This record gives sequence, C-alpha cells and structure tokens, in this order.
Amino acid sequence: MSILRVEQLNAHHGLLQAVRGVSLSVGEGETLALVGANGAGKTTLLRTIAGGHRASSGTVVFGGADVTSLPAHRRVRRGITLVPEGRRLFPEMTMEENLLVAARGGRKGEWSLSRVYEAFPILHPLRRKRAATLSGGEQQMTAIARALMTNPTLLLIDEASLGLAPVAVERVYESLETVVATGTTLVLVEQDLGRALSVASRIVCMLEGRIVLEGSATEITREQIVEAYFGLRRGNGGGET
Amino acid sequence: MIWLNQIIQGVLLGGYYALLATGLSLMFGVMRIINLAHGDLAVVGAFLIWWLHDRGHSIAVSLAVGLVAMALLGVVLQRAVLERSLRAGVLVPLLTTFGLAIVIENLLFQKFGADIRSLDIGNLAFDGWKITNEIYVGRLPVLIFVVALAMLGGLQLFLSRAPLGRAMRATAQDPDTAELVGVNARGVYLAAAAIAVATAGLAGAFLGMRATFDAYAGPTQLIFAFEAVVIGGLGSLWGTLFGGIAIGVAQTVGAQFDPQWSILTGHLVFLAVMTLRLIKAAAEGRGGFMAALGMEA
Repeated sequence: MSILRVEQLNAHHGLLQAVRGVSLSVGEGETLALVGANGAGKTTLLRTIAGGHRASSGTVVFGGADVTSLPAHRRVRRGITLVPEGRRLFPEMTMEENLLVAARGGRKGEWSLSRVYEAFPILHPLRRKRAATLSGGEQQMTAIARALMTNPTLLLIDEASLGLAPVAVERVYESLETVVATGTTLVLVEQDLGRALSVASRIVCMLEGRIVLEGSATEITREQIVEAYFGLRRGNGGGET
Repeated sequence: MIWLNQIIQGVLLGGYYALLATGLSLMFGVMRIINLAHGDLAVVGAFLIWWLHDRGHSIAVSLAVGLVAMALLGVVLQRAVLERSLRAGVLVPLLTTFGLAIVIENLLFQKFGADIRSLDIGNLAFDGWKITNEIYVGRLPVLIFVVALAMLGGLQLFLSRAPLGRAMRATAQDPDTAELVGVNARGVYLAAAAIAVATAGLAGAFLGMRATFDAYAGPTQLIFAFEAVVIGGLGSLWGTLFGGIAIGVAQTVGAQFDPQWSILTGHLVFLAVMTLRLIKAAAEGRGGFMAALGMEA
C-alpha cells in the first residue's frame, strides 16, 4: 500500500523548471533511493514533497490526503519530515536544543530524547555542544536525529553522505539502518550509487527534472543506472515499477 | 561622591532605556526588522494606560489591560503590515515602519491633541531612599530598573528554556529549516511581535510615570532605544541592558558638567561606539553598515 503518491508534479526555480511532470509512488515501509546527476531535480522534488518548495502544479498525496497546499510545518504534523541538504542545523543552538525544537513541532510517538540517545549513543556526549562546532558526521547524525524527533512516517533525506569522511558515512548509514528497522518509510537522495543500492529496496533515477529509470534494487543493474544517470537511456522502462 | 551619585542615577536611567529597547532588540533578533515605529508604539502604550487610568481604573488594572491590548496590537501589526513588508526584503520594513510611525503620531494627535500628559502615581514619582548625604535613589527609577532586569532575565529564560522560546531562536537562525522540523514560523513571528509591542507598551507606561509625553514623543524614545540596542549589539538582550546603562551613565555624567550636555553626551557615546566599530571592522577586512551596527554579515 502506498503511503506517498506524487502525481504530475511540476516545480520551478524562477523561470527554470526543476521538476517536470514527475509521478511517483512510495510504499509503506519502503526505502527508495533517488539518484541522478547534479541539477536533475532530486532536491527540488524532495523539498516539494516536504513543503519547503511550492509546487507549480500536480499533487502530493500522503496517507490518502492531498497535502499539496499545506505548509511544511503542517506536513511535519502529518508525518513527512525532510533532512535537508547540508544538514542545516541551527548553528547557535546546542545539539540537544536542535532536537528539542523538532520535538515541539512534531508528532507524539516512539522517538524521544532518550530513544534517540539510545539509538545514536554517539550523540549523547555532544548534547551541550553548539551545533556549529560539531564535525560533519556529527552534524549529519544530529540532522537525522532531529528529523526523527518529529516521529515521521515518511523520512526524506537529501544527500546523507555529501562532504563526509568515509568513516562518518559508515556511521550515518548504520544510523539509517536503525531507522529502516523501525519501519519508517525512507526516501533517500544519494550521489553514491553503491551506498544507494546497499540500503534501498527501489531505485529511481532522475535526469533534467524527469524520472528516466525506476525499478527494484535487486533487478536493476548498475549499468542501467549509469546509462540513465548520464542521459544515455531515456524513458521509464529500466526495471520493474 | 557627586560623581558616584551621577553614575548610580545613570545606571538606573539605563534600566528605562533597556526596557524601552528590549522590544526593538527582540523584533530585530527574531524577524530582522528594525522597527522605526517602536518609539511611537511605546507612546501608544503610554496613552492607552493613561486613558484607562483617566477613566477611573487603578494603575495595576490599566497596566494589565493596556499590556494585553498592546500584545494584540502587535499581532495585528505583524499580520497586516510587517509580515507583508518582510516578503519584499529586509529594507522594505524600514520604510513601512517609518510610515507607520507617522500614521501613529498623527492619529494620536487627532485623538489627544497637543497637550502633554503624565501618569499620576502619587508619591512613587518623588519618593526615594537616602543612601548618604549626597546619594539619593528614587523609588521609581529603582522599580523601573528592577522591572527591566526581571523582564530581560525572564525573556532570556523564556528563549533558552521554553519550547516556544527555542522555536523563536531556531526561526531567527533559519526560518525555512525551522518550518521543515515542524515550527510554524509565521506563528513564531506573531508571538515575537506580540511580546515586542507589549514590552514597548510597558516602557511607555514607565515613560508616563517618570516624565511627560505627547503625541510626538515617539521619535525621541526611538532614538534612545536604537542607541541602546546598537551599543549592546542588535539582537542581544543582555547587550541591550549594557547599551541602556552606557547611554544612561553618559547622560547623567554629561549633565554634571552642564545640564544642556545631558542628551548630547549620550549621542556622542553612541557615535563613538559606531566609529570604533567601523574602524575595527575595517581593520578586520569587513565593514559597512552591518558591521557598524554590531551585526555579523
């Protein structure tokens, strides 16, 4: 059963159309990786789903309800939370305050401060540190933990591994496995194809604002993705949909 | 000893300036709005509380009702004027609030005329404590200073501990991301505007108790508040107290040399701080308007 349905979605940055007629469905508990070159429209698509960017046309249906016109904070209350590209922590607040801000705005549920520290023990000693002083990996973990504090049913993560050292990427992906194990639906934008394939059950490849390849992670081949990534393959016929 | 007395009087006067400047500082800290109508809003508060008191209500009731009404006025202004201005960029609210100040002054003039007024608080306006033969402290200045400290402390506690206070700080740092983690940034701005305008009203009430006011008293109050906020660093609450005290001490010490120097000395201290900031910023390779105001670019 699909928890998210995007239908004929278009989004612009000024005159530039970043998302072109995208239709997409995400099942409950599924982990979907969104891959594609820079400028393919992945971030805009994620932000439009989360309410951080206005859709020009089309609909976003979440949990059976049309949320296209809802502002971002009300989508969070419905269960959609985005971990934005570049982490975007509140730099002058402590790590724990970053989590508490999200706790106020989010829903009631499994994730609380104690649950987050239990799942991500690395964060506990950092709770009084200013977010701006955390390392890139610590910031990414905090950004994911902050999103979890809203108790999402759909977690959107934009570039989880971007700019991180390999050891930090390892830790971030371990934390994502914890999230997946709780049954949270995950949509992940990822440049690292190997990482995307390791965690996702389904892959969607975007090029120039459109979906050009979509299929199960077990059936789709790396070559098909690379071809779609570089625009050598057009159309929606790569794998199973 | 006379100098010590002037410094004490200056510190107490600084409490009033800090109180006056708190709302200006909060509005800038959260919404990045330099509210040029802030002084006039304080005068609206003064007139409102005076009017309620004049209708036979006690000072306490007039103050309570007046402050609630000022908070509501903040909400209305935010929704009707400031929110729309902010969408057009950071400079538009400057023009909008400048226009708002003129509208407020003329409405007050139309309603209350040119008469000067003050709030009747009986002996509180004159009573004081004799510390030594040369040092007296008035009860009202001490009360204003204590209220300023309590308000700044309370606001600081609210911003650091209360969930809404944390949401305000988050929104001040990054409103888009705050929305993405469930904070209603628009609601937060409304709350900040309500608090800021209510504090302006409280400062207006004390203006009415310690001095006189008329429909055109706002711009002078704005200048004092602005100077206190800028000396302390825009958006910093404790810096606002420091800035208020700096202006207050400069004025009372200046008055000791010559009573006509009082206001001028305060302005000169402000000018000196701005100049030093510009020199420091230029030496560090920064510069411009933002650096002079004590803001990081």
